[in-house]
Amino acid sequence: MRNLFLAVVLLVSASIYAGGYRVGLQGQRSLAMGHAGVSVVSNAELAFFNPAGLIYLENKLNISAGVSGVFSDVAWQSEQFGQYSETDSPVGTPFYLYASYKVTDWLALGLNVSTPYGSRVEWEKDWAGSHLVNNIELGAVYIQPLVSLKISDIFSIGGGPIYVTGSVNFNRNLSRTLADANGDRSNVTIDASGVNAWGWSVGAMFTPVEDLRIGFNYRSEIILDAEGGDANFDNIPTGLPFEDTPFNASLPLPAELSLGASYQVTDKWLVAFQFDRTYWSVYESLDIDFVNPNIPDSVNPRNYQNSSIYRVGVEYKALDKLALRAGYYFDESPIQEGFFAPETPRPDSNNFTAGLSFDVNDHFAIDASFLYVKSNEVNVSYDFYQENGQNVPFRGTYKNNAFIPGIGITYKL
Amino acid sequence: MKNNFKYLAILALGLVACEPEFDNPVNEGDFYTSGSADFSNFVAVGNSLTAGFADGALYKSGQENSYPNILAQQFSLVGGGEFTQPLTADNAGGLLLNGNPIVDGNGVNQFPNRRVLMLDQAGQPVGPVIYTEEQATTDIANVLTGSFNNMGVPGAKSFHLLAEGYGNLAGVATGAANPYYVRFASSATSTVIGDAVAQNPSFFSLWIGNNDILSYATSGGVGVDQTGNIDPSTYGSNDITDPNVFANAYSQMVNALTANGAEGVLINLPDVTSIPFFTTVPHDAIPLDAATAAFLTVQFAPYNLGINQLAAGGAISAEEAARRQITFTEGQNAVVILDEDLTDLSSINPGLTNMRQATSEDLLVLTSSTVIGTLADPSNAASVIGLAVPLEDRYVLTTDEQALITTAQTSYNATIQALAEANDLAFFDAKSLLAQVASTGITFDGGTVTSTFASGGGFSLDGVHPTPRGYALAANGVIEAINAKYGATVPVVNPGNFGTVTIGR
Repeated sequence: MRNLFLAVVLLVSASIYAGGYRVGLQGQRSLAMGHAGVSVVSNAELAFFNPAGLIYLENKLNISAGVSGVFSDVAWQSEQFGQYSETDSPVGTPFYLYASYKVTDWLALGLNVSTPYGSRVEWEKDWAGSHLVNNIELGAVYIQPLVSLKISDIFSIGGGPIYVTGSVNFNRNLSRTLADANGDRSNVTIDASGVNAWGWSVGAMFTPVEDLRIGFNYRSEIILDAEGGDANFDNIPTGLPFEDTPFNASLPLPAELSLGASYQVTDKWLVAFQFDRTYWSVYESLDIDFVNPNIPDSVNPRNYQNSSIYRVGVEYKALDKLALRAGYYFDESPIQEGFFAPETPRPDSNNFTAGLSFDVNDHFAIDASFLYVKSNEVNVSYDFYQENGQNVPFRGTYKNNAFIPGIGITYKL
Repeated sequence: MKNNFKYLAILALGLVACEPEFDNPVNEGDFYTSGSADFSNFVAVGNSLTAGFADGALYKSGQENSYPNILAQQFSLVGGGEFTQPLTADNAGGLLLNGNPIVDGNGVNQFPNRRVLMLDQAGQPVGPVIYTEEQATTDIANVLTGSFNNMGVPGAKSFHLLAEGYGNLAGVATGAANPYYVRFASSATSTVIGDAVAQNPSFFSLWIGNNDILSYATSGGVGVDQTGNIDPSTYGSNDITDPNVFANAYSQMVNALTANGAEGVLINLPDVTSIPFFTTVPHDAIPLDAATAAFLTVQFAPYNLGINQLAAGGAISAEEAARRQITFTEGQNAVVILDEDLTDLSSINPGLTNMRQATSEDLLVLTSSTVIGTLADPSNAASVIGLAVPLEDRYVLTTDEQALITTAQTSYNATIQALAEANDLAFFDAKSLLAQVASTGITFDGGTVTSTFASGGGFSLDGVHPTPRGYALAANGVIEAINAKYGATVPVVNPGNFGTVTIGR
């Protein structure tokens, strides 16, 4: 009898939120070149990649806006038990809006509105890993006023404060088996929106010779503290203490450092290289504090590690009005073996990009990009879900891929 | 521009179709093999254990966790087809006949709702209660149409599966028919085995015979051991079936099921001592203080003296006289029970009831826990059942009664195993599995399944039938037996994904 009670008490102990929930889709031109934008001066996308470069844009006013469609699917199977499941996630639509205005030769002001972090995953309800996640939708919008300063002909800096507004909606079952008398699985939905926080970013651009640019950018870590969100419990058997309650939780949006170089090889050919480091180690554990003292808090170790991305991209000006782009990047997973939870199962991935820009007239250009994310099958587990005080690993083989077409416009005046 | 968007839309649609594919997907192709078995049309034959009965009732979510349904889900990975079950109408579990409960002569509902585990305000378990949050809606007069792969009929004994009219609604009142079979019998004269064979199964499971001893056991041995009587039509519902009757019925069923060359698995019968219905209530359930113990011992002194006198006179053995001495001490005390196997001395002295104190070898049934310690006569504080008033025979399975059960069970199991070998069928030793659950428990990724009542995880709240997790263990045992026999590689299920007892009111 005591064991049964313990089992009930320890139900709330699984995972929440996405894993590698960085969504690198912050500009169709950069994305088409492997998202290597820190050292490329092309359009207002610099507001995100490296505001120091905004001052080098030729026109007085520059605006870029775009949206991507994330078609992402994940499949999971257990060879041991013959189970199979796949996500049916709605199409994610990260977007961006950038602008810069050159006030003087040495000063430009800018604006960055973008969605660099987010996740949207929907597994089949009550699937084998439903005690870890049924579905999740995580979003964060960055709004950042910017200053770009030319210090000398070969060196500029830029940056500004970042205001973030975030939201999360997440559902999972309370355990692998708990259900009400109708057999409907007990589950919890946590929902919080309007979670606001501040951060900053700073960049620098160095042009040692005419055709070579070196870029650096650092975006600070931002911790989203969700205070007083809604936790709603459904299908709870009569007699258990789970009832709707506010909750508090924190989710880090890790810092990111980018370092890159671009070289104008000929009039038609540009090549860019970039190294990104994302400081994921801040994501040690996700702790959900249910305000109702009768509901045990949920502690979910994550132990992410810092990870790197290696990018390369080329641009070819095929015609006066047409630029073609292609790129590749290798994206290292921050998730260690044993911590691979199915909220956003992102193993190491090879990423292939392509795109083009077409100048409709002197002011307008259409930017299009396409990203294919390819991961190998990985057989991994999440080992820190607990029942009766003991860890119960959730293991399986994951395979995911994503197709992400994007479209945008560039306006210059 | 418009055209461009059109192409983009087409592109996007094409992308949606590009779902991730495993190199070796478990759900298609030949990741697993059926070996030499053919699971395309699987039919399960048996009793409550096949039907998915649990918590004292048959209800929908229990049926979904029946061991054959679990098997069928795994068989679907190796060519198994659709598996249909005669699902009840709800998760309440009670049965109705023309809208009314089915009651016995005393007006007691014979098919009440399932049991759920009630918790107190602090979330601590109080105990099993009849589920009242939902009304029973399954009416046996609503006969289901179609054939059903799950031919499990709760309450059926071996010979019942061959009995014509076992599903005749008109026979329910007389006890000649089974209301669970009435729900899906193909006709008023059909037999369970006939309906199973008519589906032309390619693979079958047969788990029958439990009730041929179990109803005797759960009724505390009030029935008759019919060994030697080969006419089952004369049996009472709580009797032990004659082993030859069992063997004859069982071989007829195996012959019928294998007539078309079907493969299958036969499952033997566990020990009644493996199940919490018999192992939960201790024989020494009554705590006494020193004064009460001394008082009671004095009360029984005339009985003890009378027994000893008759032993001295040779009416009973000294050994029996010793067994019948009733004394109490401070602390836990053995329950006083009636035992019909003791020598009847009431003709010599009406005060010398057939009673003794229980020993650790007597099995007190689960339902005795609601009787022991209560007053036989509410106006008489001295009439405590189990002390001054002996506990009735129907609450105790004595060692003599257990021996009758074991003898019959051993014979039945020998028949089952011999027929499996003779017909080259897979054989699953459920007896060993349950013995292991009861002794050491069986570990899984979230703990250990034991037979401890309510909290052990293996048995539902009726103390007899498994939980979904218990059924999953049975299904895994069957899968392993099938894999070994037919060279198949059907994957087992994870017992940790199957629930135990349900909390509710």
